[in-house]
Amino acid sequence: MQAITVKVGLASCGIAAGADEVYRKLENYLMENVRPVKLQRTACIGMCFEEPIVELSGSEAGSVTLGKVTADNIATLVEEYLAGGVPSSHVILAQKQDAPRNALLANQKRIVLQNCGVIDPKSLEDYEASGGYQALRKALTMSGDEIITEVKESGLRGRGGAGFSTGLKWSFAKNAQGPKKYVVCNADEGDPGAFMDRSVLEGDPHKIIEGMVIGAYAMGADEGYIYCRAEYPLAIAHLKVAIEAAEAKNYLGNHILGSDFSFELHIKEGAGAFVCGEETALMQSIEGKRGMPTIRPPFPAESGLWGKPTNINNVETWANITWIILNGAKAFHAMGTEKSPGTKVFALAGKIAGSGLIEVPMGITIRDIIYKVGGGMKTEKPFKAVQLGGPSGGCIPAELLDTTVDYDSINATGAIMGSGGMVVMDSGTCMVDVARYFLNFTQNESCGKCTFCRIGTRRMLEILTRITEGKGVMEDIDRLEDLATNIIKGSLCGLGQTAPNPVLTTLRYFKHEYIAHIQEKRCPAGACTALLKYEIIPEKCVGCTACARKCPVNCISGSVKQPHVIDQDKCIKCGACYKTCKFNAIVKG
Amino acid sequence: MQKDFVKLDALLERYRGKKGILIPMMQEVQDLEGFLSKDTMRYIAAKMDIPAAEIFGVATFYSMFRLKAQGKHIIRVCKGTACHVSDADGIKDALVEHLKLPDGENTTSDMRFTLMEVACLGCCSLAPVIMVDDQTYGKLTPEAIPGILEKYSF
Repeated sequence: MQAITVKVGLASCGIAAGADEVYRKLENYLMENVRPVKLQRTACIGMCFEEPIVELSGSEAGSVTLGKVTADNIATLVEEYLAGGVPSSHVILAQKQDAPRNALLANQKRIVLQNCGVIDPKSLEDYEASGGYQALRKALTMSGDEIITEVKESGLRGRGGAGFSTGLKWSFAKNAQGPKKYVVCNADEGDPGAFMDRSVLEGDPHKIIEGMVIGAYAMGADEGYIYCRAEYPLAIAHLKVAIEAAEAKNYLGNHILGSDFSFELHIKEGAGAFVCGEETALMQSIEGKRGMPTIRPPFPAESGLWGKPTNINNVETWANITWIILNGAKAFHAMGTEKSPGTKVFALAGKIAGSGLIEVPMGITIRDIIYKVGGGMKTEKPFKAVQLGGPSGGCIPAELLDTTVDYDSINATGAIMGSGGMVVMDSGTCMVDVARYFLNFTQNESCGKCTFCRIGTRRMLEILTRITEGKGVMEDIDRLEDLATNIIKGSLCGLGQTAPNPVLTTLRYFKHEYIAHIQEKRCPAGACTALLKYEIIPEKCVGCTACARKCPVNCISGSVKQPHVIDQDKCIKCGACYKTCKFNAIVKG
Repeated sequence: MQKDFVKLDALLERYRGKKGILIPMMQEVQDLEGFLSKDTMRYIAAKMDIPAAEIFGVATFYSMFRLKAQGKHIIRVCKGTACHVSDADGIKDALVEHLKLPDGENTTSDMRFTLMEVACLGCCSLAPVIMVDDQTYGKLTPEAIPGILEKYSF
């Protein structure tokens, strides 16, 4: 019997789906039964919708990945593989034969996620075996200027959302005067619906560390911070292990790998404030203050952390550096489009079949992402819109599905590339409600410094709430547009400047939904509770009384075996009757 | 709860003289005492020579800091975009109903549960999601809530 390797995906999403239990069960099984199995931990391969995921490799059947594994069937599945075959069920990916998810992975291009779900994130040896820290060795033979030129020529743009040239940003920090400089990794991933950075930090922490060491060497910084939100305990734990291991092998610390270069790296945990993703607020927070943005200029490159020149990049940006150093600017520029080279990681969520983490070359269309990489819609309800960029972004409608993914094309739609959250919505999602949801979020997270952001977003939220409750008037639409313009003009940082985007894009593409709420007092998606109306179709009602017994306010009347009626004045629109009826006799409208 | 000054002082001393310490120091104090009371904040201010207003300012700015005592179990309802479009509101309503929370409060009167909303737990593919202490529950329906609460009602 050949020795095989079993890897269990133990990232946050896997654990939430029960992967921990699968791992423990198999561990116990292998203790009780002597089998030629090497059990390993890995992180997230990205197919969250198939979690818990287990990869089997080492037999002649080739590597096989299993999805939706349970603690009850893991041992049986491993035995089937040990016997030389491919397990009869649960196979999602297979090296030597067709498998249901093979195509989804084939349409990706993985650079940033190269090691995620493949190596054990807690093992430096695993990272080294996959080529880890070779880029650093190469970089240390280059001059700082040579590295920066390479990054500039690669065309890499900031993956945090704004898309500024990374090489140019580095050259500003490099040219700034002063003996003390800092580099910072922005891992304060706060956009609801986005989990790209979490997966990279959990799955491949050394890649970020190596990228930062190279950047620090190029810019002449001797100290760095990774600012990670506290809601990601596993990412922080993996980073801590990785930093200790890197220090022990002199990838961090004094005279790195025998050179003259020394670099110290710290982790700073956030404390729960979305605005800290903005770079000036983030630096305030590292210094231990309230995370309120400051005026630029001076830019961080001149005066950042504790007044010293500082360079801040997002997790995904740092994760691209090692690849660029090892493979060269030209190879990087050959991927993606002329103005947006490389790849982009997206977190797919919402009403999509294959929710999870993907990495695709820039220039792919949104349609291909949803249907060829994401497996299409989750249910039979048709596609309505995709939300990009979280609270700073916007909704792209069905007619623009062929928009290509690059910074400029996406900006032209009114949405933004953002950090990579992509939430798919179907006909059951109300666009006014989505706008209200995001305004509620930004209104809560506004730090309060700028009046327009603090009060303007509150007024917008009030108007949107009014509309979803059927109390809106047509003038409200003009008021929303007026407020949006002023909030954009009157806010200091990106939070306020982009807060109106969800409203502006939904007004641009889904104005008819606003009008339906205001004029017809109707929610076309059937999502706004206050505007819902439940009615019983007399022809379909058999008079079973199930709904009347379930109604919490006793507003359904009728005799047994006779059609029932809902008293609309008393109805609280809880939907209990709708869910109870077995005869589809109750309609929601 | 009786204040453990020995532990608190030892904790504060470890931070003395270092830069950028306020937030991690306050997080550790909160871990020790469960929340940040006004007395505690004044005590830190005097001991570490930091203006009390600055400490209070930081405590009220960040959502991780709690100014009130909380229940034995923390329930976090995810309000991320994916959860929102998958009826997170219905899950929250079910929790409020079953916990019988007093008006305007987020902690049950027997101090067993505290209910919170969080922006996103990052498990979007399992939406809607809640987290009770460190355990995540996904793909929820309002009907599943009583069964989950049951597990913690000892």
